[in-house]
Amino acid sequence: MTSTSNAASAGGSLRPAVVLGGNRIPFARAHGAYAGASNQDMLTSTLEGLIARFGLQGEQLGEVVAGAVMKHSADFNLTRESVLGTSLAAHTPAHDVQTACATGIETVGGIANKIRLGQIDSGIGGGVDTISDAPLAFNNEARELFMQLNRARTTQDKIKVAMKLRPKHFAPLAPQAGEVRTGLSMGEHQALTTHDWGVTRHEQDEIAMNSHKNMAAAYEEGFFNDLMTPFRGLDRDNNMRPGSDLESLGKLRIAFGKQLGEEATMTAGNSTPMTDGAAAALLSSEDWAQKNNLPILAEFVDFEVAAVDFVNGQDGLLMAPTYAIPRILDRHGLGLEDIDFFEIHEAFAGTVAATMKALADEDYNKNVLGRDKALGQIDPTKLNIKGSSLAAGHPFAATGPRIVASLSKMLHEKGPGSLGLISVCAAGGQGAVALLRGR
Amino acid sequence: MSQTDGYTRFVNRPLGKQIAKAAGLPQPVPLRRHTLGDPLVTGPILILGESAAAETVAKQLWREEYDVRRDVGLKQKFSAIVVALDEIRHPQDLSDTVLELGQALRRLDSNGRVITIFRDPNDASVANDATALAARRGVEGLTRSLAKEMRRGATANGIVLSDDVEMTSASAQSAIRFFLSGRSAYVAGQFLTVSSSAGEVPSNWDTPLAEKVIVVTGAARGIGAAISELLARDGATVIGVDMPSAGDALTDVMNRVGGISVQMDITAEDAGVQLLQKARERFGRLDGIVHNAGITRDKLLANMDDSRWDSLIAVNISAPLRINEQLLQARGDGVLADNFRITSLSSTSGIAGNRGQTNYAAAKAGVMGMTQAYAETLGETGGSINAVAPGFIETAMTDAMPTATREVARRMNAMQQGGRPVDVAEAIALFHADASAGINGTTLRVCGQSMVGQ
Repeated sequence: MTSTSNAASAGGSLRPAVVLGGNRIPFARAHGAYAGASNQDMLTSTLEGLIARFGLQGEQLGEVVAGAVMKHSADFNLTRESVLGTSLAAHTPAHDVQTACATGIETVGGIANKIRLGQIDSGIGGGVDTISDAPLAFNNEARELFMQLNRARTTQDKIKVAMKLRPKHFAPLAPQAGEVRTGLSMGEHQALTTHDWGVTRHEQDEIAMNSHKNMAAAYEEGFFNDLMTPFRGLDRDNNMRPGSDLESLGKLRIAFGKQLGEEATMTAGNSTPMTDGAAAALLSSEDWAQKNNLPILAEFVDFEVAAVDFVNGQDGLLMAPTYAIPRILDRHGLGLEDIDFFEIHEAFAGTVAATMKALADEDYNKNVLGRDKALGQIDPTKLNIKGSSLAAGHPFAATGPRIVASLSKMLHEKGPGSLGLISVCAAGGQGAVALLRGR
Repeated sequence: MSQTDGYTRFVNRPLGKQIAKAAGLPQPVPLRRHTLGDPLVTGPILILGESAAAETVAKQLWREEYDVRRDVGLKQKFSAIVVALDEIRHPQDLSDTVLELGQALRRLDSNGRVITIFRDPNDASVANDATALAARRGVEGLTRSLAKEMRRGATANGIVLSDDVEMTSASAQSAIRFFLSGRSAYVAGQFLTVSSSAGEVPSNWDTPLAEKVIVVTGAARGIGAAISELLARDGATVIGVDMPSAGDALTDVMNRVGGISVQMDITAEDAGVQLLQKARERFGRLDGIVHNAGITRDKLLANMDDSRWDSLIAVNISAPLRINEQLLQARGDGVLADNFRITSLSSTSGIAGNRGQTNYAAAKAGVMGMTQAYAETLGETGGSINAVAPGFIETAMTDAMPTATREVARRMNAMQQGGRPVDVAEAIALFHADASAGINGTTLRVCGQSMVGQ
């Protein structure tokens, strides 16, 4: 439903897509507070909270786009089914996106692009994930037998197939956090990158501590009052440890990279745990915001995706954002010094540290990224100042919208023209980054 | 929640009725409550007394095609009896009309209404007139006692008119419609005082709050949720406020009523400023606020610690005071309505006192003080402020009481049952209507005429 006749998709000019706000449920450590809650439960509740905050009951939005990384095959229409369970008009279309941890940036970015093109006037980009209700599948042998059973025509044939079933066929196939092509878990991959970049245990523990402290302070000042709605008895992320300090973080045992021996640095404290949760951000055109009397927090300026060769090449699995960040900044004629807030998703503290080191490294910029010189240093005082995934947790697809909503509020408070950069790494050697400007 | 409690259901079945009657137990009945579109009453209305008010009421109801009777007749059943005593000058003037009323009472239907209309004993004109004042006070006493004689869900209440206010005024009409209808189900032995002719009748009595934007604090649960639903039913857009930790319940309520949710702590220094800002951004106007949010921290005073005392005072009275100050500073800015209306939840504990609730009673009596104090300044521009003092209202809080205590508390009133959150909400909605502008600075009890207090 577009209001203008000359949408960019019909030959008109592009228009800004703006962020009006967001909502998320508190993130919960896996197999805890949200055990028994499905992706659809969480996404529906998140959307309902957003609808109540902005008074969108009965409203027909342009589109709702969301997704989950861990998804049951029955949830092929997860977002549409969730929308049908909300107070939005049933005429609001929806679709699912799935691109590992970058899902949430892709859903918001997709909505923003459609708004910019004039195809839609308003929309929600979201994401949800649950480890506690992850899909379990039959293993391949069992699946093959069941298919044969299905194809068998006569009773005799059916019995013949059924006789082949053994207890081992009922061992389920659990989803793996491991990379398909290397067999290494994400943590093991990052342990290699962390080591390659010489990131110390202390650096990582400090990033982790700051994440917890910053997020706890943000809660204390009421920052999340209009960004969050409680769910199933939680009103704060239950992974957050406000009293987190270097001493206690320093005592934790090594979790990844044990083969590195003395040089291993990654622990459960500086790695993000498995988490359940959902988040969503409301975007629109400037016109739609004005018509609905909704204050604009920020403009969703642009986003960029990149991929690395971590299978045969020298790239670290989670280093794709180091490719995407210079590209998006170059496109807008910006440097790191122009950015007021950096939101680098903390899959692992080591990812954040390695990303920053790489962007500041002459060799890496010249030889890997093909740039003339180093992009530069990211000012750590501008980094994840309201906390990030190490404190909040990281329900894969929900992280993007969580950051978009929080960053938009920060930029709005900072003032018009302020700039924020989001960086999210993802499985498969991919990454997505986004640029937002305060209003 | 079902419409009645288990005991009430029991005594309204044949066997239960017999047992209750034989044993002399209380016999509460399900109360008549208002739903959108309901008429004021379904049967004939008897109007007693010869006065200007009697004429006005008769004409008004007759015009709306109600079955109006001016004579007790022989066997007629009545849904309501309006007793106009606005022109009596001496207690002895009461007898004719009151004794006629006595004749008619046996023919009052279940859930019937008796409404007395009389002049305000507090009016300056009778301050030194012993016989007139005695007569007016007399009607008060008569109404309260009669309310306690009512059975089967029937109530008796009074409309008090200042000397310069006629029954034709918008607020007098608003008051009589409230008392006649199911909106006043749990109001008994109470008075609505119309102190000015301010206010205008709505174009549609079914949506007296059309277009209004009203803030409700503590909107996530219980009485606050019921108030939100009712204000929306009557046409208002609700800005629901509650603590961030109650955001999920608040979401459900706001999505049900088409309002917007604001998660914030009302004790924040700038709560009033924030609310005004939200109303300005989203609606460009703010027509009223309902100070409903409240907490209890019961302890005997001898065992009271400072956190129990201070937190209760902060939420229940300091926050409404501060929010009102901040809102009223915005008068004339085009967002805050000139006829801005404030309502607050007081409590029968604040009127009668309650053991273990010194802190709560201090705050809730304080609410009545606040209500008195703001009346004049708000009234100057057509606004108003009133309070509602609930008695025993069935909520999750009372469900958690020990059964025996709850059963006793439930029956300690003329209706012999607890009220519902919606009963409180109806009273709040009454005060937010423009037709009620002439009712200002008052506290209305919604307590089924609880045995305690006035």
